Amino acid sequence: MLRLALVLFALLLAFAAPARAQSLERPVTNFTEKLEIGISTDEISITSDFRGADLTIFGAIDGFDANLLAQGKYNIIVALEGPKDNATVRKKERVFGIWVNTNSMTFELVPESYSLSSTRDIATIAPPRDIANMGIGIDHIRLVPLGFFGDGSTIGEFRNAFRRIRETSGVFQRDPGGVQFISSSLFKASVRLPANVPNGVHVVRAYLFRDGVFVAAKALPLRVVKTGLEQAITRAAHEEPVIYGLFAVTLAVITGWGASLLFRKE
Amino acid sequence: MTIYLPIAELSVNILIILGMGAAVGFLSGMFGVGGGFLITPLLIFYNIPPVVAVATGANQVVASSISGAITHFRRGTIDIKLGTVLLCGGLVGATLGVWLFSLLRSMGQLDLVISLLYVVLLGSVGGLMLWESIGAMRKAAKNQPTALRRPGQHIWIHGLPLKMRFKKSKIYLSVIPVATLGFCIGILTSVMGVGGGFIMVPAMIYLLRIPTSVVVGTSLFQIVFVSAYTVIVQASTNYTVDIVLAFVLMIAGVIGAQYGVRVGQRLRGEQLRALLALLVLAVGIRLAIELIIPPKDIYSVVSTGVGF
Repeated sequence: MLRLALVLFALLLAFAAPARAQSLERPVTNFTEKLEIGISTDEISITSDFRGADLTIFGAIDGFDANLLAQGKYNIIVALEGPKDNATVRKKERVFGIWVNTNSMTFELVPESYSLSSTRDIATIAPPRDIANMGIGIDHIRLVPLGFFGDGSTIGEFRNAFRRIRETSGVFQRDPGGVQFISSSLFKASVRLPANVPNGVHVVRAYLFRDGVFVAAKALPLRVVKTGLEQAITRAAHEEPVIYGLFAVTLAVITGWGASLLFRKE
Repeated sequence: MTIYLPIAELSVNILIILGMGAAVGFLSGMFGVGGGFLITPLLIFYNIPPVVAVATGANQVVASSISGAITHFRRGTIDIKLGTVLLCGGLVGATLGVWLFSLLRSMGQLDLVISLLYVVLLGSVGGLMLWESIGAMRKAAKNQPTALRRPGQHIWIHGLPLKMRFKKSKIYLSVIPVATLGFCIGILTSVMGVGGGFIMVPAMIYLLRIPTSVVVGTSLFQIVFVSAYTVIVQASTNYTVDIVLAFVLMIAGVIGAQYGVRVGQRLRGEQLRALLALLVLAVGIRLAIELIIPPKDIYSVVSTGVGF
């Protein structure tokens, strides 16, 4: 009995899965196009004098339709997504004459940085609803509130504030026109790494659209590692905090004591 | 010329930090104070996150207090027994303070509490000092002898149990008020990044009636150990001690202090106190204004980490 139920369940799943996939990607046509991308390195070392940099990603479309390509019907979006972390947005209000953080909302696992580059404005590449469903673009990054957040009427304002602040600080950015075709099917995408780029594993995602329809996607990991003295200090502070603290105190003792010895002679 | 602060995670102009350290060092040498209560607000004005400013301020206090403490130790003007009782209270206070610090930080109220504490403390201490020094200057102008408050009158504090004899200070005093004072200063050290000398010294003289000769040395003894302890605990719980920032401040601070001492010796006591009072009030008012004027952006974002 149980086995029968399992088999039925498996069959159900097998039928349900393709049906769902089809409803999401409405076209019935079989795409011949394939997307390939490559970066010159899978690891970026950032030194202490780093002021931001441009990362170039090369890619090619295989099996393309020459006619459509000539008409410029192929569009590419490349996104560099930073490591994910929870982020809390706080709002200040005036309480008894002073400004106090009164409300806050935590969004679950949002990328710490996000650089978007595309052949043209993403709103004109595909229907906005498709773009939104795929979570492409600063305006469509999934911002899911964590825990209790009241009646939900304030989600919008906190989401907007979050996107605005991240964009002003330069960790979220967009460049419509950052992807260019260098030959018929080869393209080059430049994505900006901000000066305050977070450490960790970033993901380069490329999406290919044909005449407003999503065709293929490809992702590559990119490790961002900070190097130099500053990084060594940060690592020590987080990995050996007690020794780091003792060292800070020792430094203070030596400086204070040393100065008093040095100036006593006069 | 910029320098990257790894813990504060921002680039700052090294000359401004050096200038700040030297100026505060100069003032601390001139007035004989630790300077923690000036350096922390200055760092906050320069957009260093308050969490980093407080923990790093405590580190700077260690450097600026150690040489004074050693000098007093050589001269024998530290009551080690009294200092140890103060220190016991101080360590408990600092532990509680760091815990409070983490709690307030996770609630998003830390910056506000730090600013409010500074406004209240600097406002009241600065106001009292100004009032007292103007009074003294008036009397000096009228050629009246300045009336020194007489230690010796007994207040309720001297009736408390658990009394202990402190030989060096030549007093017989309950350990309760001493440890309580240490405890309160310990909290201030960890939450505000100050040594607390500007509160501890008057409290020891006027409330505990401890002889002035050992007060400064004993308070420095407590400050060095409590702030060193705070630095280690802050480093291991909140990861907010910026060693690069602290080192630049220390170097500039200890040099500035040497020149401050020389200038301080030429000025008269009450003038010096009036100047310090004005400075303390100015910093307090500046922080108060920051709390009252509408912020540039009412929203702020912090990465809170997974599972925080």
